[in-house]
Amino acid sequence: MKRFDIYMAGVGGQGIGLLSEAVLRAADYAGHTACGVDTHGLAQRGGMVESFVRIGSPVTTPLFRRGRASLVLALERTEAYRAAEAWARPGGTLIYYDASWQPLSVRLGKDEPIHPGGVEECCARLEVGCIAVTTAVPDPRMQNVALLAVLAREKLIPGVEIEHYRKALRDLLPDRVLEENLKILEGM
Amino acid sequence: MKRLGDMLLNRGPFSEIVLGNTALARAMIESGTEVITSYPGSPTPEIASALLSIPGDRRPFYFEFSTNEKVATEVACGASLNGRPACVFFKSVGLNVAADSFIQLSLLELTGGLVAVIGDDPGANSSQNEQDNRHFARMAYIPVFEPSSPAEAYQAYLDAMDLSRRKKMPVIVRMTTHVCHGKEKVAFGSWSGASPKGPPAFDSTGGPSVPLTAAALEMKRRALAKLALVACETDTPSFWELRKGTDPTRGIITAGLPYRSLLDVLEEADRTPDILRLGVVHPLPRTAIAEFLGDHPEVKILEELDDFLEREIKALAFDLAIDISILGKGDTDDWIGEYTPDKVAEVLEKTWPGLVSPGARRESALQPRPPQMCPGCGHRSAFHAIKQALADEDITVADIGCHTLGYLPPYSLGEVLLSMGHSTGTASGLSLFNDSRRVIAFLGDSTFFHAGLPGIVNAVFNNHNVTLIIMENGTTAMTGHQDHPGAGRNARGPAEAISIRSVLEGLGVKSIRETDTYSQKQLTSLVKEALAEEGFSVVIARHPCMLKYTREQQRKPDYRPKSVEILQEKCDRLHVCVESFGCPSFQRNEDGSVFVSPDLCIGDGSCIQTCPVKAISVKKDRKEGAE
Repeated sequence: MKRFDIYMAGVGGQGIGLLSEAVLRAADYAGHTACGVDTHGLAQRGGMVESFVRIGSPVTTPLFRRGRASLVLALERTEAYRAAEAWARPGGTLIYYDASWQPLSVRLGKDEPIHPGGVEECCARLEVGCIAVTTAVPDPRMQNVALLAVLAREKLIPGVEIEHYRKALRDLLPDRVLEENLKILEGM
Repeated sequence: MKRLGDMLLNRGPFSEIVLGNTALARAMIESGTEVITSYPGSPTPEIASALLSIPGDRRPFYFEFSTNEKVATEVACGASLNGRPACVFFKSVGLNVAADSFIQLSLLELTGGLVAVIGDDPGANSSQNEQDNRHFARMAYIPVFEPSSPAEAYQAYLDAMDLSRRKKMPVIVRMTTHVCHGKEKVAFGSWSGASPKGPPAFDSTGGPSVPLTAAALEMKRRALAKLALVACETDTPSFWELRKGTDPTRGIITAGLPYRSLLDVLEEADRTPDILRLGVVHPLPRTAIAEFLGDHPEVKILEELDDFLEREIKALAFDLAIDISILGKGDTDDWIGEYTPDKVAEVLEKTWPGLVSPGARRESALQPRPPQMCPGCGHRSAFHAIKQALADEDITVADIGCHTLGYLPPYSLGEVLLSMGHSTGTASGLSLFNDSRRVIAFLGDSTFFHAGLPGIVNAVFNNHNVTLIIMENGTTAMTGHQDHPGAGRNARGPAEAISIRSVLEGLGVKSIRETDTYSQKQLTSLVKEALAEEGFSVVIARHPCMLKYTREQQRKPDYRPKSVEILQEKCDRLHVCVESFGCPSFQRNEDGSVFVSPDLCIGDGSCIQTCPVKAISVKKDRKEGAE
């Protein structure tokens, strides 16, 4: 398929790693060529984390240029805003789980918090589609799968269907949490 | 769930989506590497996670986390001298610690072979600098393979180990952060299962192995001869790649991740230069480079960090009287940061304007989100309490670990940082000719064992007027919770924990105080007492890593989440919780009221004591309250 670039962002501890690997494996199960790269290390301690997945040929590098992502996934509101502003291409789509982990400057009272309306305005300005996911989940660690569910339902990655995401989660999740996450994926 | 350990021991050829680091772990197994050592450091710790995913009784290798990178290098060296294929891996700055022994490796006949995997960190993503370890390789006469993707990393390790065993010399596989953490489908070869380990083959007559007097020079001659042989062997097309473009007048010589970024940005170019990608960056393939230079009037050297290739290639062109234009680094920006596609586009724009569109670099207007200590972190309680014991003019010295983050607001503790274990030494210097400003050093527990001891011994020996606060959380937290000598476990199972207090007592430290950091008032008074003493004093500020603890709790079937809440009727909006204590669970409503994020709070309750009006309380039933 034609190159399709996905940028993902969140806060360390939210499960961007799992989200990214699930997307990568789902694309692979769908028969696409795919590669990716995550940030690890220091940033995981509550800082901004990002991940890249590139689908399609030719495979060069998982990293791509700013303003080129067809799809931006985010797990937190402020990071959704930041990610869309720097990475989404005009005509692309932002989809984010609407959790709020206020950054330090907001908690110290130095910056105003970002609101969902602000994210929408940012996307409108950049001609980027905007989808906020607000599905309630029993455990915040499942917010990434709630996002994946909407990704699957809306078929936001060409050719990747729910069965591919299902297979990806079966690869990645231990038995004790698999069934509960699959239910979220199916939208139940 | 696919089990990583099973995948790594797969007998047949297979393909799997893996990290670069995991691809290396498989290569270690396929190549029959018998002894593997490391000290944890980004970007390499996932190599260890992969190796440790294999249960101890099924591991076809011996693996250990050593006390530090130097010891890790020595253990691998000893194994190799016994005829055992060995590997040591660590992060970029780990090589500085290892250097005293590392630099000697090429002088020895390493009969088993020894591959050093070094994770350089262009962009300083999780390091205190972005040093270019190719320089070290040159100084140590050690060949360097430089893969640009996980699949290449797998092959590079196999080739490096093969070369190392045949030549009985050390070989480096130089990884960089996003090659370590890149993920792609890699086609692996077969593995015939563990072979029985041979008898110890150390033979002192195979030397000389003692580089003293004239032997040191003889050994150096042998090392240089080996390197010259390698230079011939790697000057063949299996160690470099020529990629023809559409513009025969321009060439680019590159390697590693910048090569990948280059391919990406050239997709938008009308006329593309020819590319020579080097798989081995030391020693250089002179014939291949000379031919490439001879074929192009203009050649750009595209390399991340320092001008290592540029200097060697310019010297080569001078020696061979190749009269072409060699375009190296321009301004200092070219020396700084990771060569991502955006960066490469900027560099190329300065080299050949208009070749690719640099575009306006898109940035977000939002302030960056710095990393911070986790909810419940014992270091937060420690910093909050220690701050109460300090005066504004006191000088605080940071060390490396999660507690380094104390330098950020709202704590701003730890104002200078050099390297692992430096804090006591640096603090000692700050205390000289200084009667007016007290000096406090911080040190983590893994770092205490790693490189912290000599500074402490020195402080005792020379009686420096310093208070050292040991931030003990029972693990190597920042790099992903690896066990250290005080943890009571090693890579193979339970082990005798070395007590930090006993070590300090054994070293002759007379003033030692200790407490759990959640006892904040007690910690404040212990630090005050210690600071009031003349000479060297230690306070052990202990609390287990709460991220590790919480993850362990969450895996239990009867786990129930806990949380605190703000009693709004009691809250006077003094904002101590959100502004001074600064746990990220506390967030701010626009009317100035504070709420507790249910996503973040772990209900540890360390914050309760910080509220002057007692407005923080444990939530009785989270499920009821959260809906």
